[in-house]
Amino acid sequence: MYSDKVMDHFNNPRNVGEIEDPSGVGTVGNAKCGDIMRMYLDIDDNGIIREAKFKTFGCGAAVATSSMATELVKGKTVQEALQVTNKAVMEALDGLPPAKVHCSLLAEEAIHAALWDYAEKNHIEIEGLEKPVSDIEEREETEHSL
Amino acid sequence: MDIKMKELIYLDNAATTQVYPEVLDAMTPYFTQYYGNPSAIYSFASDALKAVSEARKILSEGIGAKPEEIYFTAGGSESDNWAMKAAVEAYAAKGKHIITTKIEHHAILHTAQYLEKHGYEVTYLDVDENGMVSPEAVVAAIRPGTVLISVMAANNEIGTIEPLEEIGAIAKENGILFHTDAVQAFGHVPLDVEKMHIDMLSASAHKLNGPKGIGFLYIRQGVKMQALIHGGGQERQRRAGTHNVPGIVGFGEAAKIAFREMDKRNAYECALRDHLIERVLAEIPYSRLNGDRTNRLPGNASFCFRFIEGESLLILLDQNGICASSGSACTSGSLDPSHVLLAIGLPHEIAHGSLRLTLSEKTTKEEIDFTVDKIKEIVERLRNMSPLYEDFVKKNGKA
Repeated sequence: MYSDKVMDHFNNPRNVGEIEDPSGVGTVGNAKCGDIMRMYLDIDDNGIIREAKFKTFGCGAAVATSSMATELVKGKTVQEALQVTNKAVMEALDGLPPAKVHCSLLAEEAIHAALWDYAEKNHIEIEGLEKPVSDIEEREETEHSL
Repeated sequence: MDIKMKELIYLDNAATTQVYPEVLDAMTPYFTQYYGNPSAIYSFASDALKAVSEARKILSEGIGAKPEEIYFTAGGSESDNWAMKAAVEAYAAKGKHIITTKIEHHAILHTAQYLEKHGYEVTYLDVDENGMVSPEAVVAAIRPGTVLISVMAANNEIGTIEPLEEIGAIAKENGILFHTDAVQAFGHVPLDVEKMHIDMLSASAHKLNGPKGIGFLYIRQGVKMQALIHGGGQERQRRAGTHNVPGIVGFGEAAKIAFREMDKRNAYECALRDHLIERVLAEIPYSRLNGDRTNRLPGNASFCFRFIEGESLLILLDQNGICASSGSACTSGSLDPSHVLLAIGLPHEIAHGSLRLTLSEKTTKEEIDFTVDKIKEIVERLRNMSPLYEDFVKKNGKA
């Protein structure tokens, strides 16, 4: 059901992990729907994304789109990163099954959320960036004895 | 192909099973040799008719019914649809209320929803944290207009075996029809339509090493029932269509083996399943068993692993040659977590991390141990990329 590229990025995800003291970090999605993406960005003084890392809870497509999104934003300027749309992520992965298109939207949102955090921290405004619509839901600490 | 098959570890026997070679052998002549239509008059067709009667007898004896109470269908979903739709139609004068549960298979739930759109009222009973339906809740849900109670014999996802005997007694006492979806239970655990006061029972051959596309609905003598499929006079004019003779023969043969081997098979599968459950719970932190620990199908082990998502786990297991499922196979196309796991009270995020392994008598301890080793590796790998786990560890430390 997945393309070879999706399987490759799922099996060998690029840039998994965290960045300490990131320039920006954003978490989108919610556990209720089964997908949470967190993206960390390290942005230098010239506004260039030096490093991007991610952590994702979700299906194969969610992992692959996160991985691809980090690859696509690395080395780009903040403005260029803003142009990395869900369509771009999907195309880079040779497509996604219809039921999984929302994963690519989540990847786009994760980039935006991390950039939003970067902008807030630095008290700047990034032209064309709107506050991400979806953010991680307040999760109740589950009482289950797992 | 052979090598690949050998490497395959098939742990999805609740989805479907391998057809036994002896079942296939029994079926083959009814494709090529005794291909006559059992409804025909000439003597050539009588072999086919005899074979259908023999299978009907085996199947009826397996549940303590009479042969003429077995109606062949194309499978479990058809039987469930037929039982619900026809029974409520036949008893519409008495009332329009149905009692079922939140953990039924979609063949029941979606039929119930269809009936709701057509003027029926349905009570969906809650279950406890192990997926057990309470007989008291059944009593409490009964109204003057209740015409049907449908409770599954055993749950397909979490394996919990329901208290059919108690529920059947309640149904009988109140003069209400009792149907059970026994697709997962038939041929696996003992069922007795007399002892359990069952009026209708759905079963399917491919869950017990028989062929796909053949099932039956048991209908107690005296129960008023409309036909679902109109046409010829087959199945006492209640289910038209030329008999699927090879399928019926295969179903009979599979049931014969299943009933003969049940005790031996259950002892083997329960021991292996318990070994699997014990290893997973002991070796993988933040894991849980879904379903009742003791009242469960011999081959079923259903788990949830916190902080990870089931599909990712399934893909990685598949890459190791392991076939498993997350929730019901029918659910995997949708984005919502399994309705069964939500009904036993699991939060969405935990329900998303579910894994169902269903064994057969051919599953070996080596296969189970290999599978547990792989699950451990994969769960750890997925947790290491999970933001939920990251947050949890930051707050609580590592397990």
